[in-house]
Amino acid sequence: MSAIAIGHAEEQDHGHAHEIDLATYQENTRRNRLGMWLFFASEAFLFLALLATRFYLWRGPHGEIVRPDLGQTAGLVVTVILLLSSYFMNRAEVSIANNKRTDFLISLLITAVLGTAFLVGVVVWEWGMFPSLVEGHIKPTDGVFGAVVFGMTGMHALHVLSGVVLILNVWWLGRKGHFSSERHWGVEACAIYWHYVDLVWIFFYPALYLIGETIGAGH
Amino acid sequence: MSLFSLGIARGLVGQTLGMLVGMLLTVVTRVLLGWEAWAAEPAWTVGAVCSIIGFLLGVGALDDWLQWTKGIDTPLHHGPPADKPAWTRYFSVDYNHKVIGVQYTVWGILLLMVGGTVAMIFRTELAQAGLQFLGLGLYNSFIGMHGMIMIFAILLGVGGMANYLVPLLIGAEDMAFPRLNALGFWFNVPGSLLLLLSLFIGGWDAGWTAYPPLSARGPIGYQLFFLGVFAIGLSSIVGSLNLLVTLLCMRPQGMSLFRMPIFCWAVFATSLIQLTATQLIGVSFLMVSVQRAIGMGFFDPRGILGEISPLVGGGDPVLFQHLFWFYSHPAVYIFVLPGLGIISELLPVFSRKPLFGYKWIALSSMAIAIVGFLVWGHHMFVSGYNDILRVPFMYSTLLVAIPTGVKFFSWLGTMWGGKIHFDTPMLFVLGAISVFLIGGLSGPILATVPTDFPLHDSYFVVGHFHATMFGGFVFPFFAALYFWFPKVTGRMYNETLGKIHFFIMTPAFWVQTLGQMGVGVMGMRRRIADYDPSLGNYQIESWHLAVTIAGFAIAFGVLLMLWNFFQNAEVGVAAGDNPWRSRSPEWQIPSPVPEHSFAAPLRVVGEPYDYGLADSGYVSTATPGDD
Repeated sequence: MSAIAIGHAEEQDHGHAHEIDLATYQENTRRNRLGMWLFFASEAFLFLALLATRFYLWRGPHGEIVRPDLGQTAGLVVTVILLLSSYFMNRAEVSIANNKRTDFLISLLITAVLGTAFLVGVVVWEWGMFPSLVEGHIKPTDGVFGAVVFGMTGMHALHVLSGVVLILNVWWLGRKGHFSSERHWGVEACAIYWHYVDLVWIFFYPALYLIGETIGAGH
Repeated sequence: MSLFSLGIARGLVGQTLGMLVGMLLTVVTRVLLGWEAWAAEPAWTVGAVCSIIGFLLGVGALDDWLQWTKGIDTPLHHGPPADKPAWTRYFSVDYNHKVIGVQYTVWGILLLMVGGTVAMIFRTELAQAGLQFLGLGLYNSFIGMHGMIMIFAILLGVGGMANYLVPLLIGAEDMAFPRLNALGFWFNVPGSLLLLLSLFIGGWDAGWTAYPPLSARGPIGYQLFFLGVFAIGLSSIVGSLNLLVTLLCMRPQGMSLFRMPIFCWAVFATSLIQLTATQLIGVSFLMVSVQRAIGMGFFDPRGILGEISPLVGGGDPVLFQHLFWFYSHPAVYIFVLPGLGIISELLPVFSRKPLFGYKWIALSSMAIAIVGFLVWGHHMFVSGYNDILRVPFMYSTLLVAIPTGVKFFSWLGTMWGGKIHFDTPMLFVLGAISVFLIGGLSGPILATVPTDFPLHDSYFVVGHFHATMFGGFVFPFFAALYFWFPKVTGRMYNETLGKIHFFIMTPAFWVQTLGQMGVGVMGMRRRIADYDPSLGNYQIESWHLAVTIAGFAIAFGVLLMLWNFFQNAEVGVAAGDNPWRSRSPEWQIPSPVPEHSFAAPLRVVGEPYDYGLADSGYVSTATPGDD
C-alpha cells in the first residue's frame, strides 16, 4: 500500500532542477493528482468494508447496535492528536507554496511527531502491546469485539505508519533542498494522503468509541 | 550474456531469498519471545510476504522508486536494452506499454494452459463414475486451483489487451504512469507462483471461494493462496488506476469521450470496478488470514467470550460471503466487459458498416458496471441470510439483462445488411456471441429465487458460468489475439489453421456447456469427485464422458492456435500495415508498432466507425501541413 502511495508522491517529482519544463511538470502533476484521488477512491472501499463489518457484527441480542467498553480517554486523546497533526500538515504545504522553507520543514517534523504519538497511543495505550507499561482494554482474540477493534485500528495504523514514513522522507528531501513553491507535488501528495488517513479516523472513532450501547466491562 | 541479466531470473532468486529471510525472521522472533522455534503456518506466511517483496526487488520493478526516495532523478528509458539482445526486454522490467501488454498476454496464456491442464486431469476423473486416480483432497485442491488460476489468467488477459491497446487506440505514446504499469505486471509473477507453490504444502480444499469456516480450518496452503490473491489484486488496482488516468488525461484533441474507440469504454467501465471492488476480496481474505494466524474471530461463531461479551454472539461466516461476493460478482464483469468491447470493436471492421448505437453500447458498459455492484446477494439465496434480501437481489440481477440485451441488439444491428467477411477473428466474434447467448439465457434461471433453490451448487451453475466466461472472455480474447497478431508481430497467422481451431472449439464448447447444465439438472453437485451413475436414468455417465471429450477438444484447439502463432511470429507472410482495412489508429502506423508508436500527434478528423462512408477517416497520423 505504501509502495503505491510513495509511487504517487514521488512520481516525476525530483525533476525540479532538471530539464523538464514547468508546463510538463504541471501536466504530470495533474495526472498524478487524479491518480492519487483514484487511489483514495479504491481505499475508501477498504475502509467502508471495515465499517460495514463493524455494524454487521456488533449487534446485541435484539439486533441493537452495541460496542465494547474501550478506553474513552485514550480514544479522545489520540483523536485530538491526529486532528492537530492535520493542521500542521496543511501548514507545511502552504509554507512550501509560499517558499517559506523553515516553516515547511518544522511543520513537517511536527506532523511526523504527532503521527508517531498517535501510533504510540493506539499501540501502547489502547492495544496494551506492552502490558508492563499499560494494561490494554481488549485483546484480538476477544470474539468479534477484539477482531473488529484490532482489524479497524490495525488497518488504520498501517496507513498512519506509511504516512509517517512518507512525511519523514519528504522532510529529509526538503532538507536537502528539494521542492519549491512551483514544484512540490511530493509535498502535496503527502499532505492529501495524510488528510485522507485523518478523515478515515473521523469515521472510525465514533464507530468504535461512541455509537451504540456499551456491553460488558473491559479488562 | 549471463542468465542473471534477465530480470525474471533475478526476481526468482529474490523470491527464494525473500522466502528464506521471512522464515528466518519468524524463527528468530519466536525464539526471542520464548516460543517453540518452528511453526509451519507463520513461517510460510511471513516467508510468502517477503518472497513477493524479494521478487519485486530482484526483478527491479521498485528500482526507480527507491532512487526517488533518495532524491535521485531517473529519466524514463526508452527502447530495447543497449547491451543485450532485444528479446531480453520481455523477460525484464520494461516501461513500454507494448512490451508490458505482451508480457501480460503471454503470462496469461501460460496460466490458461496450467489451469486447463488441471481441468483436464479432473475431467478425466469425472468421465467415469467411481474414484479412479484422484484422491478426494487433491480433487478438491484441483477444482479450486482450476478456478483461481483461470481467474488470474483472465485478469492477465484483460490486462494484456488493455495495456497494449488503450494507448494505441487513443494515440498516446504510453500509459500515464509507465513505472506503475511495469510494477502492476510484475506483481502477477510472484503471486501466481505462490498459488502454485501452495499445492505442495497442503493445497486448499474448499474451492476458489475459500468460504470459512472450511478455509479457516483448512491446510496451510490457504495462507499462500490469500497472498497470491493479494498480489494479483494489487496488480488489478494499480493497473486500473493507470488505465483510468490514461483514458481521462491523454486523449488527443478532438477525441471526446464519445469518439473513443468502443473498447476504451469497456476498459473504462472495467477499470472502475477493478479499482474499487478488488479491495473487498482483499479484506475478506485478510480477515480469514488473521483469524487463522492470531485467532481474530470475524467468522468464528464460537467467538463468545464470557468476560467481554456475555450477550453477544460470535463471528458470522455469512459476513464473509457478503464481502467476498461484493468483489467476486462485479469481478465477472471485469472479465466479460473487455471481451464484449472486443466484439463491438471487431464487428464493424468485418461487417464494413458503422457500429450500431455507439452511445448505447458505451453507456451499457457503464450500466453493467454500476448494476454489477448491486447484485452480489444472488450468490447467497441459500446461505441463510435475511429472507427479505432475496427478492431485491433477484430483481437487481434480472436488471443486468437490459444493458446486456442492448449490446446484443446493437451487434445484430451492426451485422444487419453488412458485407460480412468471415476471417478467423470474425468467426471467433460470432462464436463469442453464440456462446454468450447460452450463458445469458441460462442466467435468469439462476437469478430467479425459486428456480435457483434446486439448481444452486449444481453443475447447472458450472455450465452457466463457463458459457459466460467463454462467451465474454475466451472467445473474444482469441478473436483479439488473431486480430492483433499481425500488428504485434508484423506477420500473418495461418488462416486455415485458425479456421480449423474455430470449427473444433466452438461445437466442442457447446457440448461442454450444455452437457454441464444437463448433468446439473440430473442432480450432479459441484465440487464432488464422484457421482451416482444411476442419476438421470443412467444417462449421466455418458453425458460426463461427452463433456470430458469436449474439454480435450477445446484444449487441442488452443494448442493448435498457439502452434499457429509460434510458427508464424518470425517467418510468416508479412502482413502489411492494415490487413483488415480498419479505421482504428493503431492500423494507420507500421506493423510491428515502432517504439514510440506515433511519429506525430494524432488528429481526430472523423467518426471512429464510419465504415462504408467514402473518403472519410477517423484519425490522421500525418503532421499538419502534409495533407
